[in-house]
Amino acid sequence: MTTDRDHTPGGQVTRRTLLKWGAVLSGAAAVSGGLELSGLRSGTARAAAGDKDVTIVPSACAHNCGGRCVLKAHVKNGTITAITTDDEPDTADAPQLRACMRGRSYRTRVYHPDRLKYPMKRVGKRGEGKFERISWDEALTTIAEQLKRVKTKYGHEAMYIPYGTGNAGKLSEGNCMRRLLGLFGGYLGAYNNYSNAANTYGTNYTVGTENTGSSREDLANSRFIILWGFNPAETVFSTNTSYYLRRAKEAGAKIVVIDPRYSDTVVAFADQWIPLRPTTDNALINAIAHVLITEKLVNQAFLDKLALGYDEEHLPEGTPKGSSFKSYILGETDGTPKSPEWAEPITGIPAATIRKLAREYGAVKPAAIVMGYGPQRHAYGEQPSRGLITLQAMTGNIGVAGGSTGAMGWIGYGRSPKMGALPAINPVKFSIPVFLFTDAIVRGTEMTAADGVKGGDRLPVNIKLILNLAGNALLNQHADINKTAKTLADESKVEFIVVSEQFLTPSARFADILLPATTWFERNDIATPWAWGDYVLFQNKAIEPLHEAKSAYDWVTLLADKLGLKDKFTEGKTDEDWLRFMVEDARKAWPDFPTYEGFKQRGVYKYKYPAPYVAFKQQVEEPEKFKFPTPSGKIEIYSPALVKLNNPKEIPAIPKYIEAWEGPADPLTAKYPLQCIGWHYKRRCHSIYDNVPWMEEAARQEMWMNPIDATARGISDGDQVKVFNDRGTMVLPVKVTPRIMPGVTAVPQGAWWTPDSQGIDRRGSLNVLTSQRPTPLAKANPQHTNLVQVERQNAR
Amino acid sequence: MATQQLGFHVDMSVCLGCRTCTIACKDKNDLEVGQLYRKVIEVEGGDYTVTGKAVIPNVFAYWISISCNHCAEPRCLQNCPTGAITKREQDGVVTIDQDVCIGCRYCTWSCPYDAPQYNPAKGTTGKCNLCVDLIEKGREPACVAACPVRAIHVGPIAELKKQFGGTMQVKSLPDPALTKPNSLYTPHRDAVRGDASAAPTARR
Repeated sequence: MTTDRDHTPGGQVTRRTLLKWGAVLSGAAAVSGGLELSGLRSGTARAAAGDKDVTIVPSACAHNCGGRCVLKAHVKNGTITAITTDDEPDTADAPQLRACMRGRSYRTRVYHPDRLKYPMKRVGKRGEGKFERISWDEALTTIAEQLKRVKTKYGHEAMYIPYGTGNAGKLSEGNCMRRLLGLFGGYLGAYNNYSNAANTYGTNYTVGTENTGSSREDLANSRFIILWGFNPAETVFSTNTSYYLRRAKEAGAKIVVIDPRYSDTVVAFADQWIPLRPTTDNALINAIAHVLITEKLVNQAFLDKLALGYDEEHLPEGTPKGSSFKSYILGETDGTPKSPEWAEPITGIPAATIRKLAREYGAVKPAAIVMGYGPQRHAYGEQPSRGLITLQAMTGNIGVAGGSTGAMGWIGYGRSPKMGALPAINPVKFSIPVFLFTDAIVRGTEMTAADGVKGGDRLPVNIKLILNLAGNALLNQHADINKTAKTLADESKVEFIVVSEQFLTPSARFADILLPATTWFERNDIATPWAWGDYVLFQNKAIEPLHEAKSAYDWVTLLADKLGLKDKFTEGKTDEDWLRFMVEDARKAWPDFPTYEGFKQRGVYKYKYPAPYVAFKQQVEEPEKFKFPTPSGKIEIYSPALVKLNNPKEIPAIPKYIEAWEGPADPLTAKYPLQCIGWHYKRRCHSIYDNVPWMEEAARQEMWMNPIDATARGISDGDQVKVFNDRGTMVLPVKVTPRIMPGVTAVPQGAWWTPDSQGIDRRGSLNVLTSQRPTPLAKANPQHTNLVQVERQNAR
Repeated sequence: MATQQLGFHVDMSVCLGCRTCTIACKDKNDLEVGQLYRKVIEVEGGDYTVTGKAVIPNVFAYWISISCNHCAEPRCLQNCPTGAITKREQDGVVTIDQDVCIGCRYCTWSCPYDAPQYNPAKGTTGKCNLCVDLIEKGREPACVAACPVRAIHVGPIAELKKQFGGTMQVKSLPDPALTKPNSLYTPHRDAVRGDASAAPTARR
């Protein structure tokens, strides 16, 4: 087991050395107190422990990068003077939860001069950004009146809370409001997310669940790791993911990264980088499968036992001949073998490179494929997940230590920390995929199951009231900003918009009532990471709310009062009473979970497990006893459920390469010859931190372009460039770099849309260029599927 | 000669370029935009062979996380007209006395590593002091405690050398003969000096 290894993170200075070192330092503390690392404790601050005027308050960074990290506020005279991170012992089975640079800059966000300071109401046209100060009472009275009006005139299905992950705490604005609106009578529900909706569908249709992941410490058991569009060096993707990759690399795994960009993950971990044209993942998957089949590297026994539809012998009864994955790969029905030579002109990867990769992958065991979310944020984003699971099944790498299920997924719920939540019930049965909320504004009453509507045949009403809380997906993070802005500006469509925010974001500009939110140093809450993190964090209130900012539980309680629902909403509980209630819930499942007071004081609880979690271990080892949670109980490479959807071109029964609209082969390349993807930039968490000067200094907003494409356009490094397609235009600086493949450009996602008088975005907000066309199955966001042209722009 | 010279070791081979060290340092030292006591330099280069529709990359990139190197022969100290810059006897840490510094910026011009950073608001120059205040309290420097992949280490330079090996012979860093820096790098595979690959571009 990995965690049993002698663990000196990064080969730290030994304790014996430190004893010697400690002797020369003035502070004898250097060698006392269980110091696992260099002999020094890792908590640091300008005013370190021991300064009587400074209180160190444990809290946590709970934006939605997947990570949730320890942040400690050093508070002096009611002001945060420094921020540090986890300083508990850094051990193999409980590594410190160190914050990244975003979290470490948080002090400058708290005291940012642009913080929203008091409630405001719109005075100009909607979206113009003109507001006037009002009192909390006026703001909440207006909201209560509008809720009652819309309820009477349109019904609860006309109320909507857009996707938003700025505050991932248990008592977030969204959680509080969902509870209140539920008590009020309900609201139009939503499912999916902007992160991994296509992947979720892909995994569910193939292995019956999105809980497909092994735990990350198991990576150190892999001998060959393919990071498929996975860039945790920047995305973080759960605290310590990069650190676990470091451990895997040190344990001797060969690491290959497939990405159009020579990403920061490539720099740190890759033995080999293979650039691939965006949207062509399944062409590469097919070619790898072709080599595995033709060179007899397939684990046939594994497939015979556990898979449906890999070959003709294992198709469901009555399926037409030639429907299997193997027949498709060998070209037995369409006459086109999906060989490396076939894939080369599609993917841009030389056939020899594919063949070598496939041979190595087929031979070295165990092998893990870890897919990022980028490859599924594409026109046909369901296919990569299904294809990669198929590859891992063909090589028998599912359900084994050091293997993986191929697609990206959570670890099983059996292992995830259990923690209660603020109870909320929505009496309205209707729900929509989050990505189609703008459709539900414009043509809600035309939307049916074909648009992903659940809970009824057809939406009874369009969205008329929006409560956008701690989120920027109302506009900035949703696709096609120019189209969305027009939709939102039309007051005859959505009649009332509330936004709760810390800053005047592009979404906040469209508010009718704008409420100032607290940061997490100004409130109490509990934060849990994505299912990959084995810990829970307590966010202690470190300072009083700044200006007139209010925490969610406080203002939603006041709103509840105006709706006559205060007692029902609070059940007589304070915010801390609810948090205590959640901790008690956790203690039922985990008897060694600390008391509320103990948890609050320490600020973190780290679960410990005897061994890494390996997804589907039981199903693979004892298939008679444990079935995959699919209709057939097997890995459905061929899915009868997908056949029933009757759209074989876009939703095939087996994973296929489907040429993407606005992909590299689209005739539109004549007009817009460059692909443009977004990436999650290290200096932002989605759109958060875009306005933090330290972050702009660390990593400015800029487009990446290959020197070959730049030279062809007379563009030099650092130039201002105009990037455009039929949906919009932006101007931003360009970084001309070989770190991106020719033919592909990349604009880091999350910059705040800043239109000039001509409507040209002057900041470089990717979604000016993206499309609202959803993926066929999941109705997911395809935001890396864009064709653009780029021109040099003269100085502004 | 310092009693026991302290310094940093950085394992470039696993550095993410995430700049958490930079920001932890800025927070600890309260630095405005424009001042970096620890910075991360991006170095990149290479090209592609395009054959038909196939693209064959020959690309490299690496990061150099660097602060003051507390040199044995610090140019900043040699060029300081006021005596504000001293090298501590007990541990060889090079510091700038803010009460003596007149902000003439000779040190910023003479340091080959761009370590001293002028602070226009204060009219003085500051730089990494290896967080001696924290070390004396038994705590790690901000950058060391911040690194998400545990790639930065601090200690007596002789001990670090024994533990990690490492060198200052890193591509795109100045010749260490100039100042005899007290830092060590485990070079990224593309940063080994003497390797004949294409000339890199360094970006701050």
